[in-house]
Amino acid sequence: MSAIPTTTPHSISQPEPLRKSRLYWTIADTLVIVKRQLIHTRRIPMELVGFAIMPIMFVVLFRYVFAGAINVGNGMSYVNFLMAGIFVQSLAFSAPHTGITLTQDLQKGLIDRFRSLPMAHSAYLTGRIIADVIKNGFAVAVMVIVGLAVGFRPEAGLLGWLGAIGVMLFFAFAMCWLGAMIALLVRSPESVDQMLFTALFPLTFASSAFVPASSMPGWLQVFVNHQPVTLVVNTVRGLLLDMPVGNDGWMALAWCVAILVICVPVAVSLYQRATSR
Amino acid sequence: MAISQTMVRAEGLVKRFGKVEALSGLNIAVEQGTILGILGPNGAGKSTLVNILTTLMRPDGGRAEVAGLDVVREADKLRARIGLSGQYAAVDEYLTGRENLEMFGRLYHLSGRVARQQADALLERFDLVDAGKRPVRTYSGGMRRRLDLAASLIIEPPVLFLDEPTTGLDPRSRMAMWAMIRELVTGGTTLLLTTQYLDEADHLADRIAVVDHGRVIAEGTTGELKSQIGGDRLELTVAGTGDLDAAIHAVSSHSRGDMQIDPERRSISAPVINGPGLLTAIVRDLDVAGVPVDDLALRRPTLDEVFLALTGHAAETGAAAREAEKEAV
Repeated sequence: MSAIPTTTPHSISQPEPLRKSRLYWTIADTLVIVKRQLIHTRRIPMELVGFAIMPIMFVVLFRYVFAGAINVGNGMSYVNFLMAGIFVQSLAFSAPHTGITLTQDLQKGLIDRFRSLPMAHSAYLTGRIIADVIKNGFAVAVMVIVGLAVGFRPEAGLLGWLGAIGVMLFFAFAMCWLGAMIALLVRSPESVDQMLFTALFPLTFASSAFVPASSMPGWLQVFVNHQPVTLVVNTVRGLLLDMPVGNDGWMALAWCVAILVICVPVAVSLYQRATSR
Repeated sequence: MAISQTMVRAEGLVKRFGKVEALSGLNIAVEQGTILGILGPNGAGKSTLVNILTTLMRPDGGRAEVAGLDVVREADKLRARIGLSGQYAAVDEYLTGRENLEMFGRLYHLSGRVARQQADALLERFDLVDAGKRPVRTYSGGMRRRLDLAASLIIEPPVLFLDEPTTGLDPRSRMAMWAMIRELVTGGTTLLLTTQYLDEADHLADRIAVVDHGRVIAEGTTGELKSQIGGDRLELTVAGTGDLDAAIHAVSSHSRGDMQIDPERRSISAPVINGPGLLTAIVRDLDVAGVPVDDLALRRPTLDEVFLALTGHAAETGAAAREAEKEAV
């Protein structure tokens, strides 16, 4: 066996890469990916419309079709009750969006290329998820405006709003990581779609998003009162309507942290082994 | 001149996917500034090899070094020294050509200014200056491949991997791609290229490694591989079907093995040892036998035939290949 050279020859003049710390590159690489994702949004305006259109339909549907039949008690108007549910439902459904677009990158070989580059390992996933959270923030802003137009009258002060927005974006962040992890596990857009929709429908409808949990049969309440969508909805609702949040706030955050603790390391490790074939 | 250095070396590479062994003890070496063509059919293990050498997969056994760096232990360092262009034209559909190159430049950790300079230079070089302003989804297949190749050259890497660079391209785009690839190596780049097109390996590669079932079954220059399965072949087509028997008789004394006869095409293919006066002697014999000839040629074996002789099965499936396989048995 002949000796393997330990130094690299410099017969070709390579353009000189910058020398910066690991942390610098983790942030810089992530921002490059965020920029890529946001350029996508600019080039495919329909994507953003899609983000906002379903929730708007839900607002109108529940506000005008179901509101008369649903009594939420406490003298609260249904539209005030409803909006937090609409926000959180739309954020939960950002998971399939992240997952589906990620499998497309995988199938097109783009993830192969990213992985062959000297970029930070977490940058691709973090970058695209930050961009998805930004898009979700936009969708929530649109929904707030639509809500105000149909009679939504939040009573929160600045702190309440900041808290509600913080909880919502944190929840969206966790859901996008969940979507990314599922995508890297099942690898096809169809399977991601099926799996996440199957999981998200019961989670969003068997929750306090559209009707009070107390109106449901006792056995169902056990599930409803402990699952993340309900807890996040209750927290956001409480903060926006200036009502006590109680333990639901901590439980909601605990759920988001738990989702991240599982999904982030699994997704990053799957990503580092993912190839298009 | 610099002493030639081995820029890619794989020793006993093994990779398993479940029970399937994609690579079973593969060895290769590529010297600096040369092109090694990895030739093999679908599923031979070519892409797995490229995936391991470009740090996308870890081998289950054996080891590999690229540009002097271990592909597993020094993967992070190695990624700054290689370029990869896969068979999918892995560029972003919604970004413009220029935005793509700039993005990959930044991810190779070039400064914004250098990344933009490199992007502009590459668009120029690959004839994509105007297209560079448009989103990639408006590009033709050939343009995408060119952009993909350009993306792999942003840092002018000392070692470049091209995984089936012309699969799915029309013949004209393919020729253009070949010209560009050949130009690269004159700049000193070391290139490993996989292909299932025999003519591609023949045109581009300095050396060819024939891969089948995860191992190298033959390696050498095109000439060496061709001579490995014997000498030249005489190809003869007679004017009328009735002339075939007389022609077979006339040629048989020069043939060094089994002749292949195709009555439909009125043609004979015979292995011969080329030497001075061979063709003249054959023409004379045919003339004496009074056989009118449509076409007569002496040719070196194609890589198709090399592949067939080495693997016992054809490089590509299909009626023609199965036919060839039957004849070879």
